Amino acid sequence: MSANFYYGIEVFLNGMMAGVLYSLVALGFVLIFKASGIFNYAQGVMALFAALTLVGFQNGQIPFSHLINAVFGTNIHHFGWHMPAILAIIFTLMVMILFAYLVEKYVLKHLVNQEPIILFMATIGLAYFMEGFGDLMWGADIKKLDVGIPQGGNVWLEENTAFLGGPDFYGFYLDNLDMWATVCAGLLVVSLVLFSQYTKTGRALRAVADDHQAALSVGISLRAIWVIVWSIAGFVALVAGIMWGSKSGVQFSLSLIELKALPVLMLGGFTSIPGAIVGGLIIGVGEKMFEFLIGVPFLGGATENWFAYMLALLFLVFRPQGLFGEKIIERV
Amino acid sequence: MLYREAGDFKTTYAKDQQTFPIAFDRWGYFLTIAFAVLVVPFILNDYWTNAVILPFLIYVIAALGLNILIGYCGQVSLGSGGFMAVGAYASYKLMTAFPELNIVFVILLSGGITALVGMLFGLPSLRIKGFYLAVATLAAQFFLVWLFNRVPWFYNNSASGQISAPERSLFGFAVTGANAHPATSYLFCLGFVFVMAWAARNMTRGANGRKWMAIRDMDIAAEIIGVDPLKAKLTAFGVSSFYIGISGALLFAVYLGAAEVGEAFGIEKSFLILFMVIIGGLGSIFGSFAGAAFMILMPVLLKNIMVGQMGWPTDLASHFQFVIVGGLIVIFLIVEPHGLAQLWRLAKEKLRLWPFPH
Repeated sequence: MSANFYYGIEVFLNGMMAGVLYSLVALGFVLIFKASGIFNYAQGVMALFAALTLVGFQNGQIPFSHLINAVFGTNIHHFGWHMPAILAIIFTLMVMILFAYLVEKYVLKHLVNQEPIILFMATIGLAYFMEGFGDLMWGADIKKLDVGIPQGGNVWLEENTAFLGGPDFYGFYLDNLDMWATVCAGLLVVSLVLFSQYTKTGRALRAVADDHQAALSVGISLRAIWVIVWSIAGFVALVAGIMWGSKSGVQFSLSLIELKALPVLMLGGFTSIPGAIVGGLIIGVGEKMFEFLIGVPFLGGATENWFAYMLALLFLVFRPQGLFGEKIIERV
Repeated sequence: MLYREAGDFKTTYAKDQQTFPIAFDRWGYFLTIAFAVLVVPFILNDYWTNAVILPFLIYVIAALGLNILIGYCGQVSLGSGGFMAVGAYASYKLMTAFPELNIVFVILLSGGITALVGMLFGLPSLRIKGFYLAVATLAAQFFLVWLFNRVPWFYNNSASGQISAPERSLFGFAVTGANAHPATSYLFCLGFVFVMAWAARNMTRGANGRKWMAIRDMDIAAEIIGVDPLKAKLTAFGVSSFYIGISGALLFAVYLGAAEVGEAFGIEKSFLILFMVIIGGLGSIFGSFAGAAFMILMPVLLKNIMVGQMGWPTDLASHFQFVIVGGLIVIFLIVEPHGLAQLWRLAKEKLRLWPFPH
């Protein structure tokens, strides 16, 4: 076997890992869309905000210090402590839950019964708001996020696969972080499925997702459910934020990962949790393989930006509701 | 009287169909046009032209185009930035390949080319609906930007990958290039805005517009009463892209002068235009104007207040701008989901009845 063939396999494996990271973001979309019919454009920014808050807590940054300094002429930056990662994660989770509560109270409650496009626009507004708010609160500089996940290539795997190829093959290079992300995503999906299948709240969530009015009529509080769903989406955003933030630093571009997650959603269907995972894998593998086989040799590279969208677009032409989406039956 | 109509005494069809049935409105409209043509060019200065007026006029055209697609035909598109890029690059290629071609034709042809591209990307709308379509149009956005970035033919192999507009003139006055006078650029854009808005207004209340609205309200029902969805959706995509392409060509040729595709026509442009349409009011020509004015003026205003008056650092001001823009959008949607145009309509209704509300 040629080294190129093994290199192809490595690209394939890396594509799968990247796909898992995309699915992490897509998962948050699916949760909210299922429970409230809202296409939450702010999901990517939520991941950014969660990561910013986490770093802020860890390093003991004073919130709004830039603003305070500008207004009062002071010069404050840090409280001067370093919080352990697990404590910071718990605090961040509390902030995300508070955020979910506030969004429900001040935005969603007032937009009940509006058209989906209006709700979608509102979440874009929310995304802008949070982006500015996060920067105001924690500063816009690039931050390093380290919660103790090992990084860099996995040496063990590299050494133990080197024998497969010829002398110019050094074994598969896989990032530790990506493997951790895969494990985390797997755990997350399993626990989400268990939660929605076997707990009372989970059953209420599914009821709301199925039919708002029917759920209301049997005494499920829609508003409480929405807060719960947005909190879970906040938690998923936090996990995604940790993974992406450890990978490439916490900065504005973190919020752009959602643009990667959108084709995953289209492919998998907006309403399906397994769809988000499978869609993510297909997109991740597809775009890496396309770049490797066709993009770099023939098209001058950087095809990853649009390949996922084109794939999803072509796919939708044949199956408009995505892989696992519910078939929409329209009545006049 | 000030804002009055007394009964319904229309005796001709022409009167029944006029755009501004109330005399006060009509005169206001004529006065605005007279002011824009006869007074504004003489009181313009560089700062106002470049910061506010030119972007406003150019984005009005794009907002009109997107409003036709979203507000009238109900097809959500997030690819406007990419279509603007098509307009810009088409005008660049036409200007450099045919130097004798009149600039007006260059811009119109660029619009035509964009219309074709738009119809191509509009084809999936026959199968895909709603949010799936909105996300699918992002494919156009990313693909087109990548294409103009990677294929050197589009930017004539220039070393920097930029395109820059050569000087072209109309009736002996330079319209594009470094020597263009602000007043000339202003009048040139104003002419386009006037014609395009007039055409949009009349198109949307004609047969085509009614078909679009039927598709928007319920496409299956529209199909049953005999509206061809293929034709209606594709004409909407075509017309909308024509407008957006012209806007992109003007933005590049008249306003920016030189452009790099990722910077000038990125996804932020798509959202900016979408915001204009939503804040202005879906399905309203006036709304496109109001929305464009709002989204252009507000950042300038905020920047002047925060940086100029309060002396804050610019990065802090730009973060605040995000917070305020986002907050305003949410508040707007909560208070009035139908945008500024609806507020205007309500104000007019009140004015008609005032001071005797019963």
